[in-house]
Amino acid sequence: MISSLFYILIFPGFLFLSVFGLLAEYVDRKFYARLQNRVGPPWFQPLADFIKLVSKESIIPKDANPSMFQLAPLFALTAASVSILYIPLWGINSLFAFSGDLIVVLYLLTIPTLAFFIGGWYSSSLFARIGSVRAVTQLFSYEVPLFIGVLTSALLADSWSLAGIAAYYDKHPWFWLFNLIGFGVSLTALLGKLEKGPFDIPEAETEIVAGSFVEYSGRFLAILRMSINTEMVVGASLLAAVFLPFGLTINPIAGFILYIIKVLFIVLLLSLSRTVVARLRIDQMIEFCWRYLMPLAVLQLLINLIIKGVLG
Amino acid sequence: MSEEFRVPIGPQHPALKEPASFSIALKGEKIIGVDVRLGYNHRGIEKACEERTYVQDVYLVERICGICSHAHSTCFVQAVEEIAQIEVPKRALYIRTLIAELERIHSHLLWLGVAAHEIGFDTLLMFTWRDREIVMDILAELTGNRVNYGINAIGGVRRDIGKDKAPEILKKMDVLEDRTKYYIEVATQETTVVNRLSGVGKITKDVALKLGAVGPTARASGIARDVRKYDPYAAYGELSFDLITDDHNDVYGRTIVRVKELMQSYKMIRQILKDMPDGPIAVKAPRKIPAGEAVSRYEAPRGELMHYVKANGGDKPDRVKVRTPTLANIQAVKMMLREMYLADVPIIVAAIDPCFSCTDRLIEIKDLDKKDAQVIDWQSLRKYSIDWYRDRGIDFKK
Amino acid sequence: MIRPGKMIAEVLRTIFRKPATNLYPYEKLDMPEKFRGKLKFYPEKCIGCKLCMRDCPTNAIRINKLPDGRFEAEIDLDKCIYCAQCVDSCPKGALESTKDVELAQLEHNKLKLIIHAEPQKKPEQ
Repeated sequence: MISSLFYILIFPGFLFLSVFGLLAEYVDRKFYARLQNRVGPPWFQPLADFIKLVSKESIIPKDANPSMFQLAPLFALTAASVSILYIPLWGINSLFAFSGDLIVVLYLLTIPTLAFFIGGWYSSSLFARIGSVRAVTQLFSYEVPLFIGVLTSALLADSWSLAGIAAYYDKHPWFWLFNLIGFGVSLTALLGKLEKGPFDIPEAETEIVAGSFVEYSGRFLAILRMSINTEMVVGASLLAAVFLPFGLTINPIAGFILYIIKVLFIVLLLSLSRTVVARLRIDQMIEFCWRYLMPLAVLQLLINLIIKGVLG
Repeated sequence: MSEEFRVPIGPQHPALKEPASFSIALKGEKIIGVDVRLGYNHRGIEKACEERTYVQDVYLVERICGICSHAHSTCFVQAVEEIAQIEVPKRALYIRTLIAELERIHSHLLWLGVAAHEIGFDTLLMFTWRDREIVMDILAELTGNRVNYGINAIGGVRRDIGKDKAPEILKKMDVLEDRTKYYIEVATQETTVVNRLSGVGKITKDVALKLGAVGPTARASGIARDVRKYDPYAAYGELSFDLITDDHNDVYGRTIVRVKELMQSYKMIRQILKDMPDGPIAVKAPRKIPAGEAVSRYEAPRGELMHYVKANGGDKPDRVKVRTPTLANIQAVKMMLREMYLADVPIIVAAIDPCFSCTDRLIEIKDLDKKDAQVIDWQSLRKYSIDWYRDRGIDFKK
Repeated sequence: MIRPGKMIAEVLRTIFRKPATNLYPYEKLDMPEKFRGKLKFYPEKCIGCKLCMRDCPTNAIRINKLPDGRFEAEIDLDKCIYCAQCVDSCPKGALESTKDVELAQLEHNKLKLIIHAEPQKKPEQ
């Protein structure tokens, strides 16, 4: 019981994710700034932003539904934080591994998007409604390529459990190189999930101010931003566990440092793609995902099936 | 979400740099109607011009807009010089043209950054505005300020360009030309940018002509009109440059027109610096301008700018009227927004390069019941506004 | 040819360049030579013609004649638009633009500059 509480709240649960989320946000913003020839924020900026937001007045709009408005950020934060418990961070086993936990993690990662939809819808502001509808429309587009992309790696490893995937790739080193197309597809779909890069349509600043987050302020906005950071870390960890499962059994400390490096590498890739493209329109995004991402995901699936057949 | 509802873009909105109200009726994400309301930036400049002398008015008119300040100042000074029949020396005309082209460069680079920001491409914003600093530094060196240059005086210019400045300016023009070529590549070859800009905000040539569009907005629909070509002022009659038109009819065409105009501006500045004649930079202008009226036109970065000045023999103008290019393009925006998506609104509005500070003017107060027009004077206008606020509980005397 | 990520090469090269930001106030930029900043008044050159007052667009400068014949200038730094028309209008060159641009103050009364020459010492009896 005590160890479970430790895992959930401290490491690798809530506290570790918060700190790592702040670090990942710093790396993302600093890299983005340096790519644009700017200086960028100092290392304590995300922490300072969080503290400032917590100390400000939290306004609940008069027409909003108070309970849903306040609960939505908490749903997002909890769902994102809980899913880290199933991802192997160092070593092959994750903390509460069971067969099928890959699907559970993917499902848990969908909940923040739905929470943003609920929060935006019950804000009773016009911009928030448009933003939340866009978030759900975007969900329909990137969800399937993301699932298929992640499942191709699981297909090669013959296992639905993340620990099982890690064990398989540990036994067959260099097999993860077959999954690179899937990695690209999942990375692009992850951009959609995190609402970054060319897919930051639900939060388009110049069109609908802040989308679903427009009425949030103070504590709730702090929790929302923390949940976005946590989602980024968890999503990157998932991709690192599924597509970059090398060096897991060296020893726990080195494995942990390698995990941090892998996650930051994926965060840097996400940052780079955010920098070099403009924002798409929602209809263009749907067309892109179904016309280009889906076939690539299916292609990776076929490749993995053939390799499975050949190599047995 | 398929019933109709209205989204207010403005007056305060991150997409707009200045207040204007576009009330958009949406069905889902498609636009079915737009209501445009302007007037949030009205400052009473035309009336204020009548209370100040011509010498003071040059500075007041310059501050109608920060980006096209030299355009307003030159246009006004040209109108006054035409009434007083002052012959401006050639060197002054060349210096005015040099500053005008530098202002065009800085305005178009600013526009490129703002358009990139509206489509979510902040990297291009940072890069173009970094390069715009080169132009701002040149302008600070030549005129003494980065905006609101104050280089015009009635009868010529106030400062001379030293011969030692020319090589430095030419070197910086080379740097800017390289960077602009790179931005042309990015704008035409980056998939997301092309997808966001193409097919958006289309108006065909006859519609643009009927609505009176001017500037790059019209030139992107194939209308070959540029005041510098068909009614040359300052030193443009002696410079050789191309009139850029494009036939895409949409925001992509407007981007192409502006970026190619940048290349033409670099060419023109090199010619100006090579051919600048020697001579005086100003003639002494009388303080009292004889009675008369004049209209002067100028190709501002946004389009055709017109100033009308009426003098009555005193040292204060009788009437100054300003017609800015944004006012001519605003009707075209309503046409452009039909059949478009909500996500296209910021880029369509930004594509005409709106400058609402320039645009808001008031002619006269029409009392619709009495059907007559009443021209109000400065003191009554001030008293009217103070009383209007006092009736609502705000007292400026406190 | 049209492809996504066209700027990627330039953007990656930019990591190794020094940022284009000027770290004000730790690094101050020097203004160019004839920048139109705060005004400077030479009271000994002033003859009290008040041409500067006539031409100022905002009535920011006032020339007062003190009882003992000296002239003093009252310049409102918040009204001045730094156009330097007064510098051009003065026939004796008693006004000059400096490069000083850091003029912000926390109290309104500090924005009024009053400049006059030192009073001449009375000759010893």
